[in-house]
Amino acid sequence: MSTNGPGAWEHAVITRIEQATPRMRSFFLRAPLARHAAGQHVDVRLTAPDGYQARRSYSIASAPGAQELELGIELLDDGEVSAYFHDVAQPGDTIEVRGPLGGHFLWHPGQPGPVLLVAGGSGVVPLVSIARAWRGAGAPAPMLLLHSARTWEALAYRDELRGMAGAHAGFGYVTTVTRAGNDAADHARRIDRPMVDATLARLGAVPAVCYVCGANAFVEAVAQLLVAAGIAPRAIRTERYGG
Amino acid sequence: MSTRGFTGRRPGADAARRLPPGQHETDDFPVLSLGPAPAIDLANWRFTLRQGARPLASWNWEQFLALPRTTWRGDIHCVTTWSKFDTVWEGVAFDDLLTAAGIAAPTPFLLAQSFDEYDTNVPVADLVNGQAMVATHFNGAPLAAEHGGPARLLVPHLYFWKSAKWLKGLKFTEKDEAGFWELRGYHMRGDPWREQRYTDDD
Repeated sequence: MSTNGPGAWEHAVITRIEQATPRMRSFFLRAPLARHAAGQHVDVRLTAPDGYQARRSYSIASAPGAQELELGIELLDDGEVSAYFHDVAQPGDTIEVRGPLGGHFLWHPGQPGPVLLVAGGSGVVPLVSIARAWRGAGAPAPMLLLHSARTWEALAYRDELRGMAGAHAGFGYVTTVTRAGNDAADHARRIDRPMVDATLARLGAVPAVCYVCGANAFVEAVAQLLVAAGIAPRAIRTERYGG
Repeated sequence: MSTRGFTGRRPGADAARRLPPGQHETDDFPVLSLGPAPAIDLANWRFTLRQGARPLASWNWEQFLALPRTTWRGDIHCVTTWSKFDTVWEGVAFDDLLTAAGIAAPTPFLLAQSFDEYDTNVPVADLVNGQAMVATHFNGAPLAAEHGGPARLLVPHLYFWKSAKWLKGLKFTEKDEAGFWELRGYHMRGDPWREQRYTDDD
């Protein structure tokens, strides 16, 4: 937890861009920012030639201490800044960033487990940072990620997370797709109480903390399902995107 | 520094005038909170003014709804850069709470305290003279739980994290004591027009 502000706007160079899903890309930045904690975000600022500026907050996907800062940015319908990132930005471009920011939706290696992560769509981005930090810290406590997306293709970081689950007995990865059915996903419906109960059973013990991230309706629905399943409200941390 | 290839989508003249620096207009009503919306039973709801630990006045839900009502229409601004225009709120003005309690503000500062253990500090000077209310209705309907119902603070001229959801009381304090987000790097006052987002901002 930091009591300091985020500091000044810094120049960040885009080093590479990867297509994460049909509507999400990972932008890798070289930026002189302080080391972040898993779960934090940065503010991004873009400036037009006439001085007009737009800024947005984006979650960090990379693990703390990674050489490059990775932001996962979803293309939004009617998006002003996300459209720039998807249609214009190229490696070598410079943007401005400020951060890291956020003092609540954080995971630290020393904190108690088990840990339950629940993501809706692109809400997986800060949870990937947490999962990577967990792996980097030597997998200190059981962790399980339940990721809901509309389609199999929209499950960002799917291959990496499956690999992590295969390599670490302490990491569980459960997926569900809500639109197109696909046999490869664990479930094919919206997260409901039976799915929550099955997920908690698979985790094997009551989670010490749950992190839920996604669109607001998703987050509130999942948070209330967790409360109904007996998780203490104060053990549930939420990060909500608009909409 | 200008960003190669970024032209942006400028707001119209009216929106531009109404948007504080760094903000953009949204039609959504995004939600930011620490955790799940707490379940609050109106039968057990109480709202209390305190000075330190000492209660000064307290109302149950029926008593609270019987206090003089205020309506406010205007724009709200979240530190996460969205602004929402022409929102309509109804509730009890801070001034009317003090009048009903038969007191003047005993100290220059207070902490707004919530049922989910969130708190945030606000100077009394930012609450008096019709600047703030404890809101119970939004756009003519009872305030939804996800937006802070049954009652939340509304201080629309400050960033919206100051408008604490699920409000259970206001605690007057001798000093300006940092609340939840202020302890985590956010500005002690949070004036959107001065872009007071984070601790180091002027």
